[in-house]
Amino acid sequence: MTSVNQEPTSQEPVDVVTSPDASADLLANNMGDYLRIVGRRIRSGESGALPVVVGLIVIVIIFQVKNSLFLSAGNLVNLMAQSAFIITLGMAEIFVLLLGDIDLAAGYTAACGAVIALWMLALNDPWWAAVLAALAACAAYGALQGIIIARLGLPSFVVTLAGQLGLSGVLLYLVNATGSIGVGGVISLHNSTINDIEGGQLSPTATWIVMIVIGVLAAVFLFYGDFRRRSAGLVAAPVSVTLLKGIAVIGGCIIVAAIANQNRGRAIVLEGMPWGVLVVLAILFLWTMLLGRTKFGRYIYAIGGNAEAARRAGVGIVRIRTIAFALCGLTAGITGIIYASYLGSISTNVNGGQNVLNAVAAAVIGGTSLFGGRGKMLNAVLGGLVVGVIYNGLELLGLSAAAQLMWTALVLLAAVIVDRVTRRTANVR
Amino acid sequence: MNDAEPLLRLRGIGKNFGPVRALTDINLDIPAGQVTALVGDNGAGKSTMIKTISGIWEPSHGELIWQGKAVHFHSPKDATNAGIATVYQDLALCDNLDIVQNMLLGHEVTKAGLLDEITMEKTAKKTLADLRVTTVRNIRQPVGSLSGGQRQAVAVAKAVMLDARLVIMDEPTAALGVSQTALVLDTIKQLSSRGIAVLVISHNLTDVFAVADRIAVLYLGRLAAVGPASDYSTSSAVHWMTTGTAPGAKAGVPQNAEGVNP
Repeated sequence: MTSVNQEPTSQEPVDVVTSPDASADLLANNMGDYLRIVGRRIRSGESGALPVVVGLIVIVIIFQVKNSLFLSAGNLVNLMAQSAFIITLGMAEIFVLLLGDIDLAAGYTAACGAVIALWMLALNDPWWAAVLAALAACAAYGALQGIIIARLGLPSFVVTLAGQLGLSGVLLYLVNATGSIGVGGVISLHNSTINDIEGGQLSPTATWIVMIVIGVLAAVFLFYGDFRRRSAGLVAAPVSVTLLKGIAVIGGCIIVAAIANQNRGRAIVLEGMPWGVLVVLAILFLWTMLLGRTKFGRYIYAIGGNAEAARRAGVGIVRIRTIAFALCGLTAGITGIIYASYLGSISTNVNGGQNVLNAVAAAVIGGTSLFGGRGKMLNAVLGGLVVGVIYNGLELLGLSAAAQLMWTALVLLAAVIVDRVTRRTANVR
Repeated sequence: MNDAEPLLRLRGIGKNFGPVRALTDINLDIPAGQVTALVGDNGAGKSTMIKTISGIWEPSHGELIWQGKAVHFHSPKDATNAGIATVYQDLALCDNLDIVQNMLLGHEVTKAGLLDEITMEKTAKKTLADLRVTTVRNIRQPVGSLSGGQRQAVAVAKAVMLDARLVIMDEPTAALGVSQTALVLDTIKQLSSRGIAVLVISHNLTDVFAVADRIAVLYLGRLAAVGPASDYSTSSAVHWMTTGTAPGAKAGVPQNAEGVNP
């Protein structure tokens, strides 16, 4: 302020601490500054993705010490396939978690979508028609839930709990209705395209090309964004930081490709990246753009942050919430197809209730808030990998399902506690 | 009291809630480029009055004359579209969104369907600079990390961005510290110096005397007094607020002045 400002200059450094949310990207002038600010943010509780990444590394080290097969290429690729449907269901949940809502029915939405798709495939419909029909049905169901919740102002927990019960019934009904196709409550998958999502892989050459192209595109995207900010005279991250991030993205892609391209077959040669990884990356990109770069995404965050403020700003809350639930249903439908591809069939025994809780756990472990307004699609990837690693590792150690469930519960609890404790430190001013 | 063409004139405004007369026959001019302070004891009708102006309630009697024409606001949106922005005490900000995102909420700029962050950031930056809000370190920090005064400044800037001609502020300095209050008062002065009319409700007479060009006193739903701020002293303002009559018969109420004015 000009004349009336009485804030002493000695408050300047304190200011950074009182505003821990301020991203280091935009406050730093150079790499040293950047690291200092990141350090300060971690101490003040705004650690971002750091706890998940550190936690993931710790868990991986523990499993590797216990069983040297854990970090083998074969197991890591298996892990990618195994985590894919947890990750996509986590992304589905993030749409509604950002609003402060939850969709407990999503696991069974996915299962019902899978039944619709596999039923149509068994009737010799083309794969794309089966997928479209399943996704449309799932999105429509999500929209229905959204309309009930948003129009009538009912708590999403109760409405979607009813949805979970109802859809588990619908699942039984649908499988029974298929008659001779679903004998014994199981519909098997006999379509090579859908099978290939989790069961097929790109050729090693294609894997290299695709992953390097993705990495370079992502890095260029990152660079171009910062370049535009800089040339518009706005604050942007230091060039060195952008450079480092770009290198990290490309490096990550190369590592994934290198792992996937090792021969992991015993009798026959088995190499290349599963198609599922590409599917997950494509959804991640699409939904990240939707949340981060469109009005719709902005309004989701606004409603999750302060619904009354959003309403006064002219945001159509009922419409946005309904669309969010529809997108949650749609993404759950995609999950159902990936899940069916992973299992090679879909049955009435699908535990949709547990799947959805794993998905919510993945989103929360990754850093999405259960109370709305905070989170992004990448959280589901990180958290989904943590959940996937735990299941995979404990299975590898030969632990029972009982132990797997309890360990996942402990990790989720730890994630929520870390979140709450760091946040509390951050709020003490 | 009368300028050439006041931005907003209230003519015989009355508001009844059933048998309760919350406002009776209010005649008040709100000129552009000046800060009008609306003061009064609890229950004097201050809130009812700003809600009537900002379109939340329609008046039972009388009319609003906005820029020379009689207007009827059926909703807050009508008032906003006409150029009346109201900054309520709760500020209506999303703590999880940054300053730019809050200032442009509901009025985002898009290019080919995608948000045009650069244009939005420039617009927000310019508005804040025009209001001389310079204590904000980074325009991209979440509003939740700002101090109370900075939040108020962002809320005002948001109102100004919508091309408001009249900004109504409800208790803008309540619960703010000394330096934060100074920041808000300075923002109010900047608004009026840009030709915008400001209507401020406040309990704090120090703040009122610091920024107001004109003071209107409400007493039990009636306009007890209105005039240039220089016509009042703290004790005379308190006398008007507490009794609704001109000081003189019982000259000065210093104890009350101390109480109202910590």
